[in-house]
Amino acid sequence: MQFVIAETLEHALELMASGSRPIAGGTDLVVGARQGKEPLPDALVAIDRLGVLASIDGGTGEDGEIVIGACVSHATIAGHGDIIDLVPGLADGSSLVGSPATRHVGTIGGNIMNASPAMDTGAPLLAAGAAVEVASTRGSRLLAVADLWLGPGQTSVDSDELCVAVHIPRPGPRTSSAYVRLEYRRTMEIAVVGAGAQVSLSDDGSVASASVALTAVAPVIIAVQGLSEVVGLQPGEAARTVARLASEQSRPISDLRASDRYRRHTVGVMASRAVLAACRRAAGEEIAVPVNRSEGIGAGYPGDAVANTTADGVEL
Amino acid sequence: MKINLNVNGVTFPVDIEPDRSLSGVLRNEIGLTGTKEGCDDCECGACMVLLDGHPVNSCSYLAVQTDGRQVTTVEGLADADGLAPLQQAMLDAGGVQCGFCTPGMLMSATALLSENPEPTVEEIRIGLSGNLCRCTGYAKIIEAVGSDAPST
Repeated sequence: MQFVIAETLEHALELMASGSRPIAGGTDLVVGARQGKEPLPDALVAIDRLGVLASIDGGTGEDGEIVIGACVSHATIAGHGDIIDLVPGLADGSSLVGSPATRHVGTIGGNIMNASPAMDTGAPLLAAGAAVEVASTRGSRLLAVADLWLGPGQTSVDSDELCVAVHIPRPGPRTSSAYVRLEYRRTMEIAVVGAGAQVSLSDDGSVASASVALTAVAPVIIAVQGLSEVVGLQPGEAARTVARLASEQSRPISDLRASDRYRRHTVGVMASRAVLAACRRAAGEEIAVPVNRSEGIGAGYPGDAVANTTADGVEL
Repeated sequence: MKINLNVNGVTFPVDIEPDRSLSGVLRNEIGLTGTKEGCDDCECGACMVLLDGHPVNSCSYLAVQTDGRQVTTVEGLADADGLAPLQQAMLDAGGVQCGFCTPGMLMSATALLSENPEPTVEEIRIGLSGNLCRCTGYAKIIEAVGSDAPST
């Protein structure tokens, strides 16, 4: 096996053009190889020391876009003030990944390019309308994350292309996001199902626009369709509608962790909770990252407040 | 592949295959067996070491990726004067039974306390959440880490 530590981005791209595969934290690649899922590639190029891939631009540019380098760790995202302010749903997702060790070495680029349908950063990124920037010796291009994932472990990116950054449009006023997942334990867990929501509120507190994406209920992260139905609704009613749409549109499998029926039901519950939390944040309420802990959604301690009641008193 | 592995402030030049895990190289090439291999699958945390001060599961981290960086293992906690305060606190609180998880617990707790010297119980739980213990029930480990916080 050949292993090279890239000195520059160009160096990494040249090596990838001649067949090397990239490695940063290795939390999917190395663990997968040790489990016998897939052997390590014949040639690896380490990209985790490239400073150009490790920065966050929290929307200071002219277009206000938030740009997160591919090698930014989940720990950095989960604790970054601009991310928490502007796209808290992504911070919710990153702070649920693995354990402190996984979050320190695991990167956002690795998470999205691994293309697991259960990834925790995928739904918040899709709900936020994010795009991924990929580069190769042939040039670079931007593609919507909606066009990135083709199936479990499969992306539309060519083998010589490297994910270099994630671009997130700056959310407008009275707009916020949240991500929640169903989990059986609080750490080293993979989402049983999950949902990310981004919501804009009108002055009267009704939903002006909403986008919702679902985790682990299809071969890829999917966006809920038909959300024009919730425009003009108050949050509680919008959440119930989203729950119905999410359950109807999910196509989950049955496996060790849950049956397809259970997933189809619970993804609606997670979607409604994500919408409610996003609405509360959009209205100016501070809900600490991650919503799973601060609201006791998912596995919690006995006595934790469980947000299963809408603002208008309806139990979900 | 020849790399310089810096462990606990000492540089060890080693010549290893690139697919070797950090824990395997620490234990078998350098001879520091304080780092344990439990699940060998990134789940249990017995292999936890610090890489430039941050916790990493060394069973599932390629040793060659640490070339030129600072690795700290449990052997690096004590100094000539004796155990580190955190190690003593673990003994005093009875946070050690079979001892197999202890090195990993100490490394995760060291990383936590260096970032957050006065953690709450909830923060300690999160900080140690990548470390499994099958003996203690965790209560005394959490107590030990809490008691090492300078304010108490």
